Amino acid sequence: MSVRFDDIQVGDRLPEWSRKTSFPEWNRYAAVNHEFVPFHMDDDAGRAAGNPKGAFGMGNLRYAYIVNALRDWIGDEGIVREAGCQHRVLNCKDDVLTVVGEVTEKVIEDGEQRVRLEINVVNQDGVRTCPGHAVVVLP
Amino acid sequence: MSGDLTYVTDVMRASQGKWSETRTSPPITETDVRRWAIATFYPEKPPRIYWDPEYAATTRWGGIVAPPDFNPFAWSFDRGPSARLSMRGQRADGSAVTGMNGGQTDTYGVPMRPGDTITERSRLIGWWEQEGRLGHTLFVRSEIEWRNQDDEHVRTRLSIGVRF
Repeated sequence: MSVRFDDIQVGDRLPEWSRKTSFPEWNRYAAVNHEFVPFHMDDDAGRAAGNPKGAFGMGNLRYAYIVNALRDWIGDEGIVREAGCQHRVLNCKDDVLTVVGEVTEKVIEDGEQRVRLEINVVNQDGVRTCPGHAVVVLP
Repeated sequence: MSGDLTYVTDVMRASQGKWSETRTSPPITETDVRRWAIATFYPEKPPRIYWDPEYAATTRWGGIVAPPDFNPFAWSFDRGPSARLSMRGQRADGSAVTGMNGGQTDTYGVPMRPGDTITERSRLIGWWEQEGRLGHTLFVRSEIEWRNQDDEHVRTRLSIGVRF
């Protein structure tokens, strides 16, 4: 089920998309991305890298959550044309990360019906960890 | 910056703006795509477009495509741009800095599919340094471009690496 360009309004919100994150999620991502960095796998290494809470998650996995939230929203007929974010706050063990977003612009460019969104990833304490944006193409 | 402290190296200065040699990924397989999708959607089941060839054949794509963030270089022998000295920075005593991902913006072209091979080139765009929570910190801006075996644009990534 895809959303359609004509049904979207500026101000519409992306359906919230959440994952609780810890070693089960990080280890799976390490395995597929060959990202066996000690501070993602070991609390002492995480503390040595500056995080008092120990090991912390991959920025690329948090980015994947943004892309996945967009995919689940637009369905298989839509296209993620652009996505970006800044990793401002670390993803610590047992954080619940929720991708949020709001439509900021609708435009027809290069023959495509494009929707621009402001994106963020909010943790369980309401901290906005990862400001970003996205552009999706809708039918 | 504090005084003359810098993690910028002569290798970085010499390589700024210059495209790297290319590297080419192994062919993408359905298993690579399915595992990636399972890992990044865990513990939920990922969309069928990433793992069900019969369903995928009925979509506009005509077959399985990879998630946009899929990394076909993950298990390459060449560890790629982030491992290269030209992108890393170094302390004055020659010791390594710690590297983290500061963020990225990706612009996507055609999707990656099983059977594709992806060719990558990268370049160091620039850098800045400042004092922060982690002490002296170097921020490295780089560009990484992917094209497929038909020379179609797949992805351009503008990336910020954090070195401290």
